[in-house]
Amino acid sequence: MKNQSITNNIDWISIIIYASLVILGWLNIYSSSLSSMENTHEKQLIFIILTIPLIFIVLSVDGKFYEKYASIIFGISLLTLAGLFLFGKTIAGQRCWYAIGSFTIQPSEFAKAATALALAKYLSDTQINLKEVNRQIQALAIILLPVILILPQPDPGSALIYSVFIIVLYREGLPSWYVWTGFITILLFVLTLVLEPQYVILIALATLILVHFKSRLADRNIVLSTILFAIISGFVLSVNYVFENVFKQHHRDRFNILLGKTVDLKGIGYNTNQSEIAIGSGGWFGKGFLEGTQTKGGFVPEQHTDYIFTTVGEEWGFVGSLLVIALFSGLFLRIIYLAERQKTKFSRVYGYCVAGILFTHFFVNIAMVVGIFPTIGVPLPFFSYGGSGLWGFTILLFIFIKMDANKVNEW
Amino acid sequence: MRKVLLPSLIIIATSLLVMRIFYLQIVDDTLKLKSENNAIKKKYEYPERGYMYDRKGKLLVANQASYDIMVIPREVKKTDTLEFCQLLKITKEDFIKKIEKAKVYSPRLPSVFLSQLNKSEFAAFQEKIRKYEGFYFQKRSLRDYEVDFGANIFGFITQVNEKLVAKNPYYNSGDLIGRQGVEESYEDLLRGVKGVKYIQKDKYNREIGSYKDGKYDTIAVQGEDINLTIDAEIQKYGEELMINKRGGIVAIEPSTGEILALVTAPSYDPGILVGRQRSKNYTELYRDSIAKPLYDRGLLAEYPPGSPFKILTGLVALQEGVIDANTTVFCNRGFSYARGRFMGCHCHGGALQLHRGIFESCNSYFATAYMKTINKYSKPAQAVDIWSKHMKSFGLGQFMGYDLPTGKKGNVPDSKTYKRIYPNGGWRSTTIVSNSIGQGEVLMTPIQLANMMATIANEGHYYTPHIIKKIEGHKIDEKFTTKHVTTIDKKHFKPIISGLFDVYNLGTARSLRVEGIDICGKTGTAENFAKIGGVRVKMEDHSIFVAFAPKDNPKIAIAVMVENGGYGATIAGPIASLMIEKYLRQKITRVDLEKRILATSLQSRYAKLGGLSEAVKLQLRISDSLLKKKTTIPTVKVKTDTTKSNKQAI
Repeated sequence: MKNQSITNNIDWISIIIYASLVILGWLNIYSSSLSSMENTHEKQLIFIILTIPLIFIVLSVDGKFYEKYASIIFGISLLTLAGLFLFGKTIAGQRCWYAIGSFTIQPSEFAKAATALALAKYLSDTQINLKEVNRQIQALAIILLPVILILPQPDPGSALIYSVFIIVLYREGLPSWYVWTGFITILLFVLTLVLEPQYVILIALATLILVHFKSRLADRNIVLSTILFAIISGFVLSVNYVFENVFKQHHRDRFNILLGKTVDLKGIGYNTNQSEIAIGSGGWFGKGFLEGTQTKGGFVPEQHTDYIFTTVGEEWGFVGSLLVIALFSGLFLRIIYLAERQKTKFSRVYGYCVAGILFTHFFVNIAMVVGIFPTIGVPLPFFSYGGSGLWGFTILLFIFIKMDANKVNEW
Repeated sequence: MRKVLLPSLIIIATSLLVMRIFYLQIVDDTLKLKSENNAIKKKYEYPERGYMYDRKGKLLVANQASYDIMVIPREVKKTDTLEFCQLLKITKEDFIKKIEKAKVYSPRLPSVFLSQLNKSEFAAFQEKIRKYEGFYFQKRSLRDYEVDFGANIFGFITQVNEKLVAKNPYYNSGDLIGRQGVEESYEDLLRGVKGVKYIQKDKYNREIGSYKDGKYDTIAVQGEDINLTIDAEIQKYGEELMINKRGGIVAIEPSTGEILALVTAPSYDPGILVGRQRSKNYTELYRDSIAKPLYDRGLLAEYPPGSPFKILTGLVALQEGVIDANTTVFCNRGFSYARGRFMGCHCHGGALQLHRGIFESCNSYFATAYMKTINKYSKPAQAVDIWSKHMKSFGLGQFMGYDLPTGKKGNVPDSKTYKRIYPNGGWRSTTIVSNSIGQGEVLMTPIQLANMMATIANEGHYYTPHIIKKIEGHKIDEKFTTKHVTTIDKKHFKPIISGLFDVYNLGTARSLRVEGIDICGKTGTAENFAKIGGVRVKMEDHSIFVAFAPKDNPKIAIAVMVENGGYGATIAGPIASLMIEKYLRQKITRVDLEKRILATSLQSRYAKLGGLSEAVKLQLRISDSLLKKKTTIPTVKVKTDTTKSNKQAI
C-alpha cells in the first residue's frame, strides 16, 4: 500500500468544483481586465498554472505531516505576520505584503490555514473538554493571536474571517451561549443602527419579560433577568457611542450607505451603487461573455479583485450567478460532509475550519457586492485576482483533500 | 444539533444572496436603465431637412451650414483670450460668463459656448480653433430661405419642447422640429430619420469604441424634398400689395384645390427666425398682440362675410325652387322685414331680378329670397337645418381638412344655434334674416371664401384646398384628389355666374375691369368693432372681395380681406384683380392702380388699436435677416428693392 499514487482516494467532486471555480474566475478576470491597461489576466494565468505544482506538493506530503507539524506551521505563520511590522510593504495604506522584487506576497492569506491546523491540533491533542473555561480560553487564544497581528495592518476583512472559528468550536462542544451571545450581539448592533437605542431597549425588555413569565416557575430567576437586561441596555447604549466616537468616518459611512441613511452615489456610495448597477443590468441571462458594458467601461472599482462577482452578474446574468453560488455552496456542503466522515478528530476539525473559512469569505464578499453588507476587503475564494489568495485557499483546501484521501490508511 | 449549525447557516446565507441577486437582476428594472445611461451613449446623426420648391420648381427653402462652438471647461488652457474674443466678436465679460455657465453644467462634458454661427462668422475662427484647447465645433444644418416672403406658409424650425420629448420617442432634448406652416404639417417627411450610433463609454465618460461593433447602429435617412402648390410670383406680389395693410389673401386653383397664394399681413422675413438673433426676433413677433404677425389671417381670421354670401343665399333659393332667374323683387332702397325693422340697401332700387340683384348687390332681393327659403317649410327649425346643410356642402362651418396646422371652423348656424340663443323659441325667418346678406351668425375665414369661389367656378364641386403639390417618391393624400359635390344642382350656377361677371361690367367692380380677362367677382364689406380703452368703437369696415377668372375655364379663385379697408371695391377689389392679372398674364397693365395700392397705408387706422407700428415691424424684417445682408437698406421700400434683386437672382 505504500507506493500508491497520490491521486488515490482523493475526492474528485471537490476537485472538479474547485477547478471550475478557478477557471470561471479567470474568465471573469479576463473580461474585467479589458477595460484596464494592466495585464491582470496574464498574471492570474501564471498564478493558476503555479497552483498545479503546489497541489502536487501538498498532496505528496505524508498525511501525518500536517498533524505532526501543525504547531510549527502555526508558529512560522505568526512570525511572518509579526514580521510585517518590520519588513512589510504598504500598499493602499495597508501593511500586509512582503515584497520580493516586483512580486508581493500576503502572509495573512496563509495564516488562515495555519490557524485551522493549530486549532485542529489543539482540539485533537488531548481529551479536551470545551466545557471547561480554561480550555475555552486556550482555544480562543489560538484564534485571537493571528487576529491581533492582522487587525493593526489594518486588515479588518481578514480579521473578520476568524470569527467563523467560533462555529467550529461550537461543533466541538463549546457551550451554546457563546453562539447565542455572538448572534444577539450582532442583532442588537444592527437593530441599534437601524432603530433608535431606546426602542431596542424596549424590545429587549419586552422579550425578557415574556421569556421570564413563559419559562417554568423553577427556572425563573429575577436577578439573572435583571442583570441580562442591564447588560443589554449597556451594550445598546455603547453601540451608539462606539459608532459615533470609536468608528472612523469611513466605517460610519459604510454602514450608513448600507442602511440607506446616506445617499452619495458619487463619493462613498459609488462602489456599491456601481456594483449594484452592473449586477442588476445582467437580467436573466446576462449580456454575454466580454459584452458587459459596465465591465468594459470600468465603472466598478476593484472589479478584478473584491468586486469580481459583478462581472459574473453582468455578463452571465441570474443564471450564471446562480451557477457560481451553487458551485460554492456545493463545495462547502461537500467539505462538511467529508469532515463528518473523518476518522480522526484532527482532520474533522480541520475540514470544518476549511468549510467555515471559505464560506465566510464567500458570504461576506458577495453580500458586500450586492449591497447587503458594509464595504470590507474580503476576496472571493478562487475567483478574485491575486496569487497569495489563490494559493492560500488552494493550500487550505488541498491539505484537507489529502487528509480525506489518507483516512483509508489510518487503520 | 451541533452538526447542523454550519450547513444551516450556509443554506440560509446562500438563499439570502440568491434572493438579493434575483431582486437586483430580475425585479428591479431601474438598474438596467441606469447601466445604459452610464455606459452607452447614443450619438445621433442628423439628416438634412428636405427642400421646399414652389409649384413651378423654384427653390424656396434650402439649408445652410451653421456652427456651434462647443467647450469642455476642464480642458480649456490659458490662452490669448483677447484674440479669441475678437475672432468671435464677443466681449471678455461674455467669455467669462459663458465659461462659468458651462462649468456649472459640467466641467467635464461639452456644452454649447456659442450657437448658430453662420459660415462667414465661423470662417475666421475655424483657422485658429486648434490653438484653443477645450474648444471645438459642431456642424448643424439650419434653414436657408431663398425668398423673403411666405413665412406663414413655411413655418419655422425650433427646438423641440420637453413635453413632446416625453411623448414622442423620436425626439430628444435639443432636437429641432418644424413649427407652424408646412414645416409642421410635413415634419415627418421633411425631417427624414436621424441615424443612431451606440458608443461604449468608460467611467470617465470617455468614448472607448462602438457598442457591439455597431450592430444596432442605423444610418440617417435624408428628408424628402417637396413641391408646394404656391406660385412664388403671386405669393410675393400679394405680400407686397398687402404692405401697410392687415388682412389675408387666399388664391386657389379651382380645378385642383391647390392653394396658389396664402398671404397674411403683416408678415415677416422668414430669415429672421434663423441664426443668433432667432429667439430675440421670435419674442418680438410673439409679443405683438395687436398686429399679430404670427397669426395667419388667411386661415384663422373669422369674419362675417358680408355681400359675397349673397351668392350662396341665391343658390340655395334656386335649389329649393322658391325663386327662379325671373323672380322679381321690388327694392325701395331697403327692405322692411318686420314692424319697425328695416335693412338698408345700396342698389339703385326699383324692380330687379336675380341677375341685377347680384351685380348691384341688392339686400332686399336676397333677404326676400332667404325668407322665401325659410318660409317654404312649416317649421323654421327644419328650414334652417336644410339651409345649413346646403351651406356646409360648400365647406363652411368646418375645418376643411387642408394640410396646414392651423384653422378656424367659421360658423354656419342651424336650429341648435337658435335654440341656444332663443331658448324659449319664437324665432322666425325675420329674426334670422341678416344671415341672407352674410351678417347675422355667419362667420367665414378667407380660405373658406376662396374655396366658395372655387366651387362656384367649378359649378358645384370642389377639392379640399391643399398646399402640397408633389413629394418625391410619395403620392399626395387621397383626400386632396377627392371631389366634393355640393347639394346645389349644376344648372343653378349659370345665372349666378353671369351675375358675378356683370359685377365687373355693370356693378360694384366696374372700375376694376382687366382688359381681355373675364373676371367674375363680388364685393363685400364687414362691419366690425374694437374695444379701445374699454369703449366699443365702430371701426372702418373690413374690405372684402371674392373673384374667379377667367369666366370660362377658371384658373384662379381668390378671396381678399383687408381689415378696416373700407368699401369692398376700394382696396380688396383692386388687390384681387391685380393678383388675377399677375397670375394669368404675369404682368400688370394698370400701373397706376398698382402704384396706388402699393402706396396705400392703413397704418393710421391701425394706430388707433395701439401696438407696435408697422414701420418697426418692417425694420425688423430688414435689419435682422442674416442671409441677405439687407442691413444697408433701412427704407420702407425694401420689399420692392429685394424683389428686384431676387429677380436678378432667379
